[in-house]
Amino acid sequence: MTTPAIDIAGLTKDYPVGFWRPRMRRSLDHLTLRVEEGEIFGFLGPNGAGKTTTLKLLTGLIFPTLGMAQVRGRPISDIRMHREIGYLPEQPYFYDYLTARELLDYYARFSGFSRAERRERIERLLERVGLAEAGDIQLRKFSKGMLQRVGIAQAVLHDPLVIFLDEPMSGLDPVGRREVRDIILGLKQQGRTVFFSTHILSDAEMICDRVAVLHQGKLLGVGAPSEIVSIEIHAMEILFEMRDGRPLPPHLAATATRTGGRCRIAVPEGSLYETLGQLQACQARILSVAPVRPTLEDYFLRLIGGGEQVSPAVEVRHS
Amino acid sequence: MSDPSRSRPLWTVLVAVPVLFVALAALQVRIDAQARAMGDEREELLLRSPATLKQISLGYDSLLADLYWTRAIQYYGERMGTEHARFDLLWPLLDITTTLDPRLIVAYRFGAVFLSEPRLGAGRPDLAVELVHRGIAENPLEWRLYADLGFLYYWWLQDYPNAATAYLEGSKIPGAPPLLKIMAARVAEKGGAFETSRMIWLEIYQSSKDPRVRNRALEILAGLRAEEDESHLDEIAETYKQRFGRYPATTAELRDSGLLEGIPVDPVGYPYVFGPDGKSRLDPNSSVVIPAPVKTRRSISK
Amino acid sequence: MSSMPAAVALNTFREAVRDRVLYNLIFFALMMIGAAILVGQISIGINRLVIINLGLSAISIFGLVMAVFIGVGLVYKEIEKRTLYSLLAQPIRRSEFLLGKYAGLLLTLAVNTSFMTLGLAAALFYVGRPLVRSDALILVAVYLILLQLALVTALALFFSCFSSPLLSTLFTLGIYITGVFARDIRTLGELTHNPALKGATQVLYYLVPNFHNFNVIAAVAHGDSIPAALVAQNTVYAALYVALLLTCASAIFSRRDLK
Repeated sequence: MTTPAIDIAGLTKDYPVGFWRPRMRRSLDHLTLRVEEGEIFGFLGPNGAGKTTTLKLLTGLIFPTLGMAQVRGRPISDIRMHREIGYLPEQPYFYDYLTARELLDYYARFSGFSRAERRERIERLLERVGLAEAGDIQLRKFSKGMLQRVGIAQAVLHDPLVIFLDEPMSGLDPVGRREVRDIILGLKQQGRTVFFSTHILSDAEMICDRVAVLHQGKLLGVGAPSEIVSIEIHAMEILFEMRDGRPLPPHLAATATRTGGRCRIAVPEGSLYETLGQLQACQARILSVAPVRPTLEDYFLRLIGGGEQVSPAVEVRHS
Repeated sequence: MSDPSRSRPLWTVLVAVPVLFVALAALQVRIDAQARAMGDEREELLLRSPATLKQISLGYDSLLADLYWTRAIQYYGERMGTEHARFDLLWPLLDITTTLDPRLIVAYRFGAVFLSEPRLGAGRPDLAVELVHRGIAENPLEWRLYADLGFLYYWWLQDYPNAATAYLEGSKIPGAPPLLKIMAARVAEKGGAFETSRMIWLEIYQSSKDPRVRNRALEILAGLRAEEDESHLDEIAETYKQRFGRYPATTAELRDSGLLEGIPVDPVGYPYVFGPDGKSRLDPNSSVVIPAPVKTRRSISK
Repeated sequence: MSSMPAAVALNTFREAVRDRVLYNLIFFALMMIGAAILVGQISIGINRLVIINLGLSAISIFGLVMAVFIGVGLVYKEIEKRTLYSLLAQPIRRSEFLLGKYAGLLLTLAVNTSFMTLGLAAALFYVGRPLVRSDALILVAVYLILLQLALVTALALFFSCFSSPLLSTLFTLGIYITGVFARDIRTLGELTHNPALKGATQVLYYLVPNFHNFNVIAAVAHGDSIPAALVAQNTVYAALYVALLLTCASAIFSRRDLK
């Protein structure tokens, strides 16, 4: 049994709420989780679920009420552990009077790189996150997207083996998001572990090896996206167009949705060919036929909406 | 940018601001005149307690002392030229200054001269003595303060024994000029004589760097010379009367009669004249002022 | 790694420079120039005295203002602006971070003070050339002022770890003023014949940092020499008190959840 990259056991955090007689609000409730080396692990949950709390606990910004965690075998209270982790906070806040190069150079000093090494790494990273030309502009002039890239750069600057990213895709346009996804995949290729939180489920679905779902501080489920979502195909969806603006056949019109010229209808698998025939009869133009697969989102909403504790779809893998 | 919608407001501001400042300045002149018209400039010293001020100064008492010293000089300078000026705040200002910085020798020396002067100062030799005593207590090695004390006892209080003692004590301090010893002896022997007074004021002139003090000393020295001259002339006039049966009308008559060589002039160059009572006096145009008669001086010290 | 506080210190200094803190030197320079020119007119025979008084007092006051107003934000600002998030995820201990912030502000103060001292020397040269040996005492006074500033900075930093800038300023200034008056408070306590008050003021005297120890402005202005023992003892006093404050600050900050 190899050491997991991240090993969390019963991690709990209570916050005092209220001024006169503060009560304790539990923002993280006995989280237990293992993330193996080389995994891309998605940490999902609605706002306020406790994702950021977990990340702040793991990076030593706040201290646990109960429980413990280790990263690559070192407890989170050990400062040396920080040499091996990188962290992108939810909203990147950096010293706005520094330029991008200066900030990266400053942080690099904490990992003990020589001046030559620092210079080399910074140039390489700026190139990689697409900020090579903006290196000498003060951060106060950066857009949110640019700040996000600086954040990623500083998170991976010292080649950490475990990288924590809090909402890495937020504030980015689709191109930026693709770039971030590529960076994360690139990190996995280098054998690093990436632990990131997001509420954009399609991103998680796309790149994560495994995901965990958090709600109101409690872990609701862990497993691979494909395992969590059952692959039963319930229905087929037909995308079609009516020629020359002709109306839909009456018995289909009830269940079809129409946006502009396009129409969409979901029919049970068994009625697929019959429906196709009806469409052919009114000379509709078929654009696509595809299975309706429940997404992570559906599972997610079901979990959240149900509010029940659902046992994980799949047991956590041991290796 | 020559965007007219932006340049118009800018022009307005550029014109309005100086105009407003000029208006403010004009108003300030009016306000000052108003304050003056409301009676003598109210002499204000908000905080009078030296001890409190020392507390408040939070360790910057030396600097605060310099500020109050500056204020004291300005206070004096403003009033110096005006008729019937009152110097009521001079003592509090000097009191505060020397409490904040007990080693500010110039303040004690200034106070010695100008706290005691009746017309050109506060007219309070007693306060001057108190101030100088304090100065000596805080600066026992400053011989000039002993000389100032001696001066005060001699000139304003006609207390020749105490004056002599002061000069004697001062002469014992290392670095004191031998002059002090001489003056101690002189004062003890011949208090009140012109020569003694002249020595004392000469010492003040030589040992002070303050132009106001030196100026005053010169004025008094001139006045003392004139007084001595007049006294001398009066003697000769008596001789003249005995010889010719009447007092002389001019000094020219004295010269012609052979009792005098040349026409005596006062320290600023005006010839002395004779009054109808036969006493000599200064030319009315002369700027020399005989120091207040001994009687007057004595009464002030009460 | 021992260079980590140094890195933080240099960055703190850089922040101060970019925040244009050092522009206060312009104001100081103008003031000293004005004083050097006017002092001859106003006060006779005490030119040196006035310049030294003014210069040293200004160095002290400017330094104090800087130490307090920047000091109370040293940690607080980083927490509020959340710049600490990514920083503390680095392999730097919280105590090292604190030490670096402290050293950075101290460096800023030292640089600022050095420039001001040069300005003072220039003004002194202008009014009373040549400089005499006793003028070197200015350096002693400036050194003691720096010790004082080091203490005030440590106080401000301490409060910065857990309270808002407004409250921290009040606390820091409050303790400073108490420290200046400590001797008088104790004397007052002795004058009352109330043993409880006497005891309380006595305790206060030994508890509060005694800032009056460091004030030699009047003495230096009058050209007195300062005994080396005084300088040595004050150095040790300041060092110990600063160590005390930094230790407490570190204890508090190391256990604090960042928001």
